[in-house]
Amino acid sequence: MTAGLLIIGASYAGMQLADAARAKGYAGPITLLGDEAAAPYQRPPLSKGLLLGKQTPEGLTIRAPAYFEEQRIALRLQSTAVAIDRGARQVTLHNGEVLAYEWLVLATGARSRPLQVPGGDLPGVHGLRSLDDALAIDAMARSARRVCVIGGGFIGLETASALRTRGLDVDVIEAGAQLLGRVVPPEISEHFARLHAQQGVQLHCGASVQALQAGPDGRVAAVLLADGRRLACDAVVVGIGVLANDELAQAAGLPCEQGVLVDACGRTPDPWVLAAGDCARFPNPYGADPAQPLRLESIQAANDLARAAASVIAGQPVPYQAVPWFWSDQYASKLQIAGLGLPGDARVLRGSPDEGRFSLFLLRAGRVVCVHSINRPAEHLLARKLIESRVQASAAALADPDFALKSLLDSSPAAAPRA
Amino acid sequence: MPAIHYLLQDGSTRTIDAPLGRSVMEVAILNNVRGIDAECGGCCSCATCHVYVDEAFMARLPAPDEMEEELLEGVASERRSGSRLSCQIVIDAALDGLTVQVPARQS
Repeated sequence: MTAGLLIIGASYAGMQLADAARAKGYAGPITLLGDEAAAPYQRPPLSKGLLLGKQTPEGLTIRAPAYFEEQRIALRLQSTAVAIDRGARQVTLHNGEVLAYEWLVLATGARSRPLQVPGGDLPGVHGLRSLDDALAIDAMARSARRVCVIGGGFIGLETASALRTRGLDVDVIEAGAQLLGRVVPPEISEHFARLHAQQGVQLHCGASVQALQAGPDGRVAAVLLADGRRLACDAVVVGIGVLANDELAQAAGLPCEQGVLVDACGRTPDPWVLAAGDCARFPNPYGADPAQPLRLESIQAANDLARAAASVIAGQPVPYQAVPWFWSDQYASKLQIAGLGLPGDARVLRGSPDEGRFSLFLLRAGRVVCVHSINRPAEHLLARKLIESRVQASAAALADPDFALKSLLDSSPAAAPRA
Repeated sequence: MPAIHYLLQDGSTRTIDAPLGRSVMEVAILNNVRGIDAECGGCCSCATCHVYVDEAFMARLPAPDEMEEELLEGVASERRSGSRLSCQIVIDAALDGLTVQVPARQS
């Protein structure tokens, strides 16, 4: 086959890359390899709308078959790349087939971190990453009564929210002192702890899992905690983070540090190999140290880095420079995060946590660097602009409900230097 | 299937026979209608699937909920009376012939 653009991974980064390369004028063949059976699909609803029965698997498809024909993108599903030969510019597939490339993009994503305790892989223990994972949890929830969720991060809490809404008894077990500890300040963590407790979820923070126990049928029947407690359950959902799928890159001699190391255009040191999405670690102008590469697990980062990588392929490189943003839906609470915060940032509250509608502004050296909003989507959208403009703001103004946040944009230095 | 007309930025129109139950945003993305970004995939989080709904159809749509209303305040192009987030418009038989205009920009 003619060497063209070969993309390993057909989720957000891979899909966006194929689309953006075409839109920017790349005329060669484009091949998109996906290792799942399903064509590219929306993942956020897997832990939200799909589990709640509000969305169907068919409804998650991102592009119709005709799109791939029109754009001349060869979508090859259930195709796993097993080796890269950078010298020959070839990729070997699971079935031994060899594909030549001009450009190679690694959009291999990440996988659920396995629970490494005795019984961690018993039948009835679920992860949540793919459509198949979500369908298995949906099927489980039709008969299970009590579920233990291990991990109080976004995946764990969204799953807990959906299962609880469906009427199951849910325990959430978190090793850290607070929920979402890795990514949010205490005020946000407390909001979600209160919310889940109000809904009847049993929260166990600072609890470490020692083992999972099987019942007589061989399926998981209980979670044993290090403090001796035993939580009986019909099933377990594990959401304790992810591992970047960087083994292919490592084996091909590309530099990796829990993720494929790339520049702000998605370039590896090999001029013909790029990476984007959850598998990539790249410098971020909004990170605490712009030179320190980060791995951002979000659709926004996958899309924006993929566009940057596509710009390289199209011959006019434009580096990634977007303000990172994230969101999570749990019960009737929508959390939206703009920017990247650090534990030492000053925190300013705007709005009412009691009413479940507020934003928490994080300031560093007087500048707005990160904003967490609960059910305040307009403030979230504005926050992204405030962070991008690197505005200075006083804590008193931000906390004042009568102060118009928009006015900060009018006074911002228009040509704020980008790091 | 109801026909949905998308007026594009270049002045052309794309007409798509849309399956019932999907959103105006989803149908646009599935069929490569340019100018609707939908960065959040339809979770009502990002305001990048903004469209202007033809006045004749406004009354046939349920009013925006509080979340959508707030997000509409932050759309990148001018907000007008017909402004809606297309991820929140679910297609039913009454929307046959719906015309939506794609705004100049989404972000």
